[in-house]
Parts: sequence; structure tokens; C-alpha cells
Amino acid sequence: MSSATLAPPPIAGKSRSMSPTWKRFRDAFRRHPTALIGGAILVAMVVIALAAPWVGTVDPLAVFPSKRLHPPSAESWLGTDMLGRDVYSRVVYGARVSLIVGLAVAALSTLLGLAIGLVTGYVRRLDAVVMRIMDGLMSIPSVLLAIALMALTKASIGNVIVAITLAEMPRVVRLVRSLVLSLREQPYVEAAIAAGTTLPRILVRHILPNIVAPLLVQGTYVCGSAMITEAILSFIGAGTPPNIPSWGNIMAEGRSLVQIAGYLIIFPGICLSLTVLAVNLLGDGMRDALDPRLARRM
Amino acid sequence: MIAYIVRRLFSTIVVMAVVAFVVFSLLYLTPGDPAAIIAGDIATDEDIRRIHARLGLDDPFLVQFGRWVWSLAHGDLGTSIFTNLPVTQLIGQRVEPTLSLTLCTLVVAILVAVPLGVVAAAKAGSWLDRGVMSFSVLGFSVPVFVFAYILILTFSVQLDWLPVQGYRSFRDGVWEWLRHLILPSVALGTVYVALITRMTRASMLDVLAQDYIRTAEAKGLAPKQVLIGHALKNAAIPVVTIIGVGVALLISGAIVTETVFALPGIGRLTVDAILRRDYPIIQGVILIFSAIYVLVNLAVDLSYVLFDPRIRLT
Amino acid sequence: MNPCSALLRSMTAVIGAAALVAALSAPVATAQGQKVLKFIPQADLRILDPITTTAYITRNHGYMIYDTLFATDAKFQVQPQMVDKYELSKDQLTYTFTLRDGLKFHDGAPVRSADCIASIERWAKRDALGQKMAESTEAWTAVNDKTFTLKLKKPFPLTLEALAKPSSNVPFIMPERIAKTDASTNITDPIGSGPFKFVKAEWVPGSKVVYVKNTDYVPRKEPPSWAAGGKVVKVDRVEWIYIPDSATAAAALNAGEVDWWEQMPPDLIPVLAKNKEVKVENIDPLGSMGVLRFNFMYPPFNNQKMRQAVLYALDQNDYVLGIAGSLKNGHACYSFFTCGTPLSSEVGAAPLKGKRDFDKAKELIKEAGYKGEKIVIIDATDQPIVHSQSLLTAETLRKLGLNVDLQAGDWGTLITRRSSKEPIEKGGWSIFHTWLVGPDVTSPALNFAVRGSGQKAWFGWPDDPKIEELRDAWFAATDPASSKKAAEAVQLRAFDFVPYVPTAQFILPTAYRTNLSGVIIAPITLMWNVEKK
Repeated sequence: MSSATLAPPPIAGKSRSMSPTWKRFRDAFRRHPTALIGGAILVAMVVIALAAPWVGTVDPLAVFPSKRLHPPSAESWLGTDMLGRDVYSRVVYGARVSLIVGLAVAALSTLLGLAIGLVTGYVRRLDAVVMRIMDGLMSIPSVLLAIALMALTKASIGNVIVAITLAEMPRVVRLVRSLVLSLREQPYVEAAIAAGTTLPRILVRHILPNIVAPLLVQGTYVCGSAMITEAILSFIGAGTPPNIPSWGNIMAEGRSLVQIAGYLIIFPGICLSLTVLAVNLLGDGMRDALDPRLARRM
Repeated sequence: MIAYIVRRLFSTIVVMAVVAFVVFSLLYLTPGDPAAIIAGDIATDEDIRRIHARLGLDDPFLVQFGRWVWSLAHGDLGTSIFTNLPVTQLIGQRVEPTLSLTLCTLVVAILVAVPLGVVAAAKAGSWLDRGVMSFSVLGFSVPVFVFAYILILTFSVQLDWLPVQGYRSFRDGVWEWLRHLILPSVALGTVYVALITRMTRASMLDVLAQDYIRTAEAKGLAPKQVLIGHALKNAAIPVVTIIGVGVALLISGAIVTETVFALPGIGRLTVDAILRRDYPIIQGVILIFSAIYVLVNLAVDLSYVLFDPRIRLT
Repeated sequence: MNPCSALLRSMTAVIGAAALVAALSAPVATAQGQKVLKFIPQADLRILDPITTTAYITRNHGYMIYDTLFATDAKFQVQPQMVDKYELSKDQLTYTFTLRDGLKFHDGAPVRSADCIASIERWAKRDALGQKMAESTEAWTAVNDKTFTLKLKKPFPLTLEALAKPSSNVPFIMPERIAKTDASTNITDPIGSGPFKFVKAEWVPGSKVVYVKNTDYVPRKEPPSWAAGGKVVKVDRVEWIYIPDSATAAAALNAGEVDWWEQMPPDLIPVLAKNKEVKVENIDPLGSMGVLRFNFMYPPFNNQKMRQAVLYALDQNDYVLGIAGSLKNGHACYSFFTCGTPLSSEVGAAPLKGKRDFDKAKELIKEAGYKGEKIVIIDATDQPIVHSQSLLTAETLRKLGLNVDLQAGDWGTLITRRSSKEPIEKGGWSIFHTWLVGPDVTSPALNFAVRGSGQKAWFGWPDDPKIEELRDAWFAATDPASSKKAAEAVQLRAFDFVPYVPTAQFILPTAYRTNLSGVIIAPITLMWNVEKK
């Protein structure tokens, strides 16, 4: 009966909690629990990677040849490898490399793709040239291109990131370009041009906000793909340097011993698959949440 | 329509030129020196210099590029530095395993993925749909070689049902040929299945929402007839497109699969060539892969002319 | 036309194309009832010329299709192989050789003196021992098609040893026209007079090499002993199937898809041990020696004290475990000459052998005046023996507080980079690892890594006139006792100057199915005498 039980009336004109986009986001997430799970796993991996010095038990580089190839035990939870290094600690530190490569490639290719895509979407003459180059790059299988690029330089995480970015970027450019091209035809953009709005303003106010969502979604897919590509590069021997533990490296070094020390492949393999799965689920959830029509384009 | 075809052909040529230039420059810039590798362990500087001269490695970039393009025009992809065999012969020897692997993978993938995608779309939102989608995301996430090792350990080592490695030509018996390709196709096909399932489902969902489907249902057609007779036909267009994109995926995956299963295909040839800097082979193979990709996409684009009437009007 | 049928149509076209390609591919001949030996070699055969490269895979290929004038047997004695009679003149300056009857090349041409002379001369241009012999050679002359002479300027007691050299480079005999090829150009024509013939049409580089029995070969009557004695081939066909992935190779051997695996990683022995049909053996009595090589041109290892510091810190036992997996397949060998051979000893080995002394090492580093210069270790991740050593060395140097940069690559890159004489900033190197097979390291004559010939030396280019002097002194030693003393002197100096650090001695076991018999116990892989039931 008392008015204290009534909720305060909404303030007219202003949303009390969050903007409509984010509200849609949150509701969509509730409807897609898998995306939430994906996000949670990803966050957990990031936390583990950041906290590696505390989560790991031993120096991942320290060799103890006399303790080589011990199966998982109380002393070394995931066993030791062929030089006696602790697999658990290496896997924990390995999260760093895979996540750094995945996130860096996603960020770099998104930014680069955005920049190039915006330009080609707007400048007709550049468009023809740049798109042919992008088509050319895309027609070279990405793993091959990455291996070839790595063969040009010495192995380092930086070079791996650059090589994979170059292989993944053309797809982002394509996406941005097609979005820009279709957005340009929208009535409100044409109206803005007619009204005399400057190009930067049009880009920032009309084009960019509508590109962000699909770009983000594509970014997550690139992240997952980059992590797998790094593993393949390391597997072939053209990836991260051997003294830096990465999931791909651990698997590559352990591959000849799969029948007697399968844990060398299984544990990093599970971690990698889990993380890529998480990223993909997140991407799917975001895509469905932000714009179901994107499902067609991606 | 003619304009469309001409435009597509022209851009194909341009793209190939770009690829050729990229491929050649890539290797020109490589710091590894094949001359040192050929010269061997106890080589002197003079030996290396002599080999440089013989292979023409000291000429300026454009001269080497020109020479290469000229021989390309004659169908000569050059000679392998190490084995002195023509690159065309080396590639020819190894086409069969890769082609077989690709075919089997495609067949497996399409046979599994299309029905899965159709069913998932028909029962969109249900647990079945969620299950299929989760399964397909899993297919994306597990690296090919991890899955390959799991398969080998289970089916070859533990159960002894299938051979571990190697390739048998189907002139030696179709069953033997198939047996050796089952595990590699399944391993490689998983990613492809994931991709095609998603595409099929997405495009089916799109089509199912269209008006003409509701009309067909209203006409009283059985759901199955609606699904297969009307929806699938129209949904197939984007699926055919994905095959073009998928070719590149397959080639990348083939490299790893061929290494693990010891299939003497082009993927392994390429990795070996890259790791020991056998330039002519690397150039030849990348060029051919890109050509295949470009040509397949061209074929797909041109096929639109045939079954999308709207294109004919442009 | 509807998209469904378009899809079907395109698939049919692709399948048709595949069938066409397959039909046009090279046919594979497999006659019924043939005894085929399937073998997994240690590497991929790429170069067919055993004179221009020291690669062991090419040497093994050489033993298949070529023959040698002399060969070393299991007792380290020189035995005649292609030669029937030989004699040395009283003044020790003229050798006369007479060939056996019935020796023919694979194309039917008989083996003549001219072929032998041309082949030896080509070999002598590349091989270290051959070069030494060439210094003392005045002329090779053909007396007639079956007899030829070698005239020396001064006595060269190692002449027959040189002609019987078991490992790289082996003085194989080729037809004169092929042997006249320039010594730095690879030959491509694999015609020899050996017990097998190379089937070039079926060669798939990177995957398969095929040999067939040479039915015209006339083997000697004696039983085989290392590369000496009768080379009787007991199979019809040999296929070398290269499987780079060891797990796959082990599984293939287990399943019977191949018969013999040349060198298996010792770690996989448990995988094969369970199988009663597979036998794992150490048929290599000498094993191999791991090598840690310095770059003498630039700091910090141009400083002798820095190199000596490594001697005090490096623990061979770690390297044995890292390379061989257990003490069953390897052991420490504190010598610059293969342990188990006559000239090996532990003279001067105290710094390497004794209890590890990190304090002394750090002291030496300080005395050397190390200023934190970067140490670049070039690694080959695709060679497990090189890779394990690189990782272990990197850790050891890090524990000493040195500035280490481990740069990965593959074997091909390592071979290229190690020939670079540039400083670190321009892509140079400080340390690389490799291994040398036992027969290559048995004496100062054969061990090219222990030499100090400066710019003409093996990669690393150590410059030590003293060690060269002691090496020459060894050549001058005539009886076993003084030979041993001279070798000890070389080793003593080597442990002081440290041209390289021997890291371990290990044996890579071989594995074959029990239906094979007659596998020859030798430090080189030989395929005659092997029978398959």
C-alpha cells in the first residue's frame, strides 16, 4: 500500500540503465547461453595467461634431462617433455603466446582492413587496384602464404603476427568494402551528402557505427583462425621460436612421441581447441545478438 | 551479360598477374641461399659463387622476373634446384594423391554437411539445431593435425581397422585406394563439414523465410517437398559459392594432413620445398594453387550467368 | 537449369578430370612374387652426387649403386673390393692395381682403368683425406684397361685407407664420362657398377626411391664385413619410403607396411618393443658424436677462455639423455676421437669430464672480459638431435649469466647461415650444433672439425697453427704406438684451444621386422645380404 514499494517512475526521455543496442545485446546473450560460455572460457584463458607466473609451478624453460618423459603425476601435473620440462607450466605460459597472436592478429587485421576497406569503398580508382591485389592475396592459400612469409624472416612472435595478419586481412577488407558500398546507397547517407556534410563526418557518424558490429564479429573469427594458423605454422616448424612455449610448439615437439607420451599433444590440443571454440561461440553469439541478418553474410 | 563475362575474365588475368608478381618477389627476397645448400657441408666461397652464376641468381630482379614469366608462357615451370627434375614433372607425380584426398574430402563433407544443414534449418531453434551448430563450431576449433592423431591412435593403432599412412593408387585396387583415404578425408573434412553445414543452414533459413515458400506451403505441398523441391534448389547458390572459398581451405589443410598421413601429395612437396628453399618448386606450386582457386571462382561466377537471370541483365 | 544439377554436373566433371589425371600418371610396376624390401631412410634423398655432398643419405645411395676399389672391414682393416691384386714398389712410391674380372657398369660397359682414375681424381678434389693424398700424388696412369698405377712424390702410408674410406666422402667408381664432371657440379646420371640399379623413372623426390637388383654384378667370394667382402643381393627390389613423421613411421613398421627403419628415435623403442614381429637393434658399433661448434671470427667465442668456460659448464650426461633418451643408447665420450676406436683417449679431458664447475666457468668468463655480447645459437627444429642440443646449450649458457639468443630455423637454414662470415648484427652466428658419424671422427686425418686451418677450415674457422703442426706430426707417425701418442698430443691441444666441444656419443638403433635376416652390423647402412622371407 505504501508508495515505497513502487519503483520510481522512469525519467522521461532518458534510458535509466543502458542504450538500446546494449540492451538488445544483453537480451540476445541471455538467449544464447553458448555465447556466454564462450566468453567465460575466453576470459578464464586470458586471466590464466596474465597470471602465468603465479599459476605455473616451474620455470617453463628449465630443463631436467634426468626427469624426461615422466607421465602426469603429483609432482608434474601434466607430465614432463623430452627434456624434462614441466608440461603444465609450459601450457600455462603457452596461453600467452596463442592469445597474444590471436588477439593481435584480430586487432591488426581489423584495423588495417577497416582502413583499406573504407578507402576502397570510397575512392573508385583505388578500389579497382586494391581489390585486385586483395583478390590476388586471397587466392594464395593462407597457410602457404604465412609459411612463405615466415621463411623470409627469422622466427619471432612479431613476425608470426605480421605473417598471419597479411594472410587474414584481405577478407576483412572485402567485408568492410561491401558494407561501405551498400551503406553509401542508404537514403540517410545520400541525404547527408546532399546536406553538405563533410566526408569525415559522414564516415564517423553514419558509416562507422554500422560497420562496427559486423567487424567485431569478423574479428572474433579471425582471432580463432589465427590461433589455429599459429599452431599449424609451429607444427611445420615455421612458427614461434622453439624456446618460447606456445601450444603449437609443444605439440610440434611432442608429435613424434604421440604413442608413448600422448599427453604432450592432448593437453595443449585441448587448450587450443577450447580457446578457439570459445572465441567462435562468442563470435556466433555476438553475430546473432547484433544483427541476425549478418548470419547470411558470415 | 557479355560485359559481365568480359569483365570477369579481365580481372582474372589481372589477379593472376598480381599473384605471379607476389610469388616471385616473395622468393626473391628470401634470405636463405640455395647455392649454399647445394654446395654442401665442405663448400668454399668460390663453389658458392660458381653455383650462383650457373643458376643466374646474381642477375637483377626484373631480369630474373622477366626470364621466369617468359618460361611460364612456354609452360615451363622451371627445374628443381636440388633434384634437377622439371617442376612440372614433380608436380605431376604428386597431383594424384592430393586430388584424391580433395575429392574424397569434398564428397564426405557434402554428403554429411548438406543434410545436416537442411535438417538444422528445418528445425531451427530446437535442440537438434543447437546440437548441430555446436558440433559444427567444434569442427572449426580443433586443429586438423590434433584430430588426425586422435583418429590414427584410435582406428589404426588401437583397433587396427585402417592403415596408418601411405597412399595407394586406385589402379592398384579401388578398395585399397579408398581405405588409405578414409582417415585423412575424415580428418580434413571436419572443417569443411562445419563450414558447409553453417552455410547451408544459413542460406536455407534465408530462403525458408521467403514468400514463395509460404505460397508453396499454402498450396498444400508436403513439408518435405517444400524443403527439397523449392528451398534447397535456391539455397544451393551460396553453397556452390562456398566451394570456391573452400578450395583454399582444403589446400591449406591438405598440407598438414599429407604430412601426418605421409601422403606423397603437392602439400608436402610445397612444405619440403619451402623449408629447403627450392625456389622453382615453391613458385610453381603457389602459382598453380592460386590459378586453381581463381579459375574455380571464375567458373562459379560464370555459372551465375547460367542460373541467376538477374545477372544476365547487367 | 537448376543449381542442384549444376552442382552435380560440376562434381562429375571434377571426378572425370581426376580419373583422367590418374590414368595419365606414371604406371607402377609390381610383378608378382617379387621380393620387395621396403625401407624408411634417415632423410630424403635429394642430391644424387656422393662426391659433392657429405650428406649420409647420398652416401647410402652411393653404396647401393656404386662400388669401391677397396673397403674397410669390421676389424678396421683395408680389404680389396673391385681390385683383384695390388702391390707397392720397394721405394713405397708406386702402387699398381689390377681390377677383378667381370666388372661392368649398369649400361653394360666394362669398368676400365680410365673410369677408376677419373673417379678417384674427382673425389680427391673434394675429400679432405683425398686432398692430402693429392698433395703427395705425382700421377695416376692407366697401363691397360685392367691395370693402373699411382705414382707418389713422397710415401703416403694412408693411401689404401683413403681408397677404403667408409664414410663421406667415399671414393665411389663412376664411368669416366660422368666422373669428368666438374667437382662442384652435381652429377645427375646414376650409372654405377654396384650391386643395385637405380630406377630413375620411379623416383618421387620427397617420397620414394626405387632400386632393383643388378643381376650382372659379380660379388666377391668372402663373407660380408662392413663394406668389404661379397655383396650378394638377396632381394629383387628395394624401395626407400621417406616418412618424415616418426610416429607415423613407427606405426607403419608395426603394421608391416614397411620392413626396416634405418634410424629410429630411441624414445620410440617402447612402441615397437611390444610387437613380437619387430626387432630393435644397435647395429652401429661406433655411433655418432654430438658437436657444439663455435664461431671463431667474432666475440665472445673468439676468446679462448670463453670456450674453455663452456667445457667446465657443459654436462655431457644431460646431452646423452636429451639426444638418446637413456643411457642404453648413448654415453658420455670425453674425447675428440670416437670412443671405442684405437686413437681415442681421455687425455686432457679433465675440464669436460670432472664434476661440473660453474664457479670456475664464471671465473674464466670474467677473465675473458665478457661484456654482455649477444650469443646467437642457430637451431634446426626439424632435426631432433640438433634441436635438443641447442635447447640444452641455451639453458647452460643462461645459467652462466650469458646473453643468449636462440634462433630457430630448419636444417636448410642452418646450413646456409653457418657459412656466413658476417658479424652477429648482419645475420652471423656464434654457435651451432650438429653430429658426425663415428667413422668420420676416428683420427686426425678424418676429423675435419678438429683442424685449425683458419679461413680454409670447416664452418667456424678456427685458426691454430699449433694444432695443424701436431696434425702433420700425426701423419708422419709410422707405427701404432707413435700414432697413438701423436693423436693424444692433438687432443691435448684440442682441449686447450677448444675447436669444438664434443657433447655426447649416441647410437640410433635400427628396427626391422623379424622376417628379415642378414642385416649387416656396420656403422653404415648396407642393403646387400639382407633376406626377406
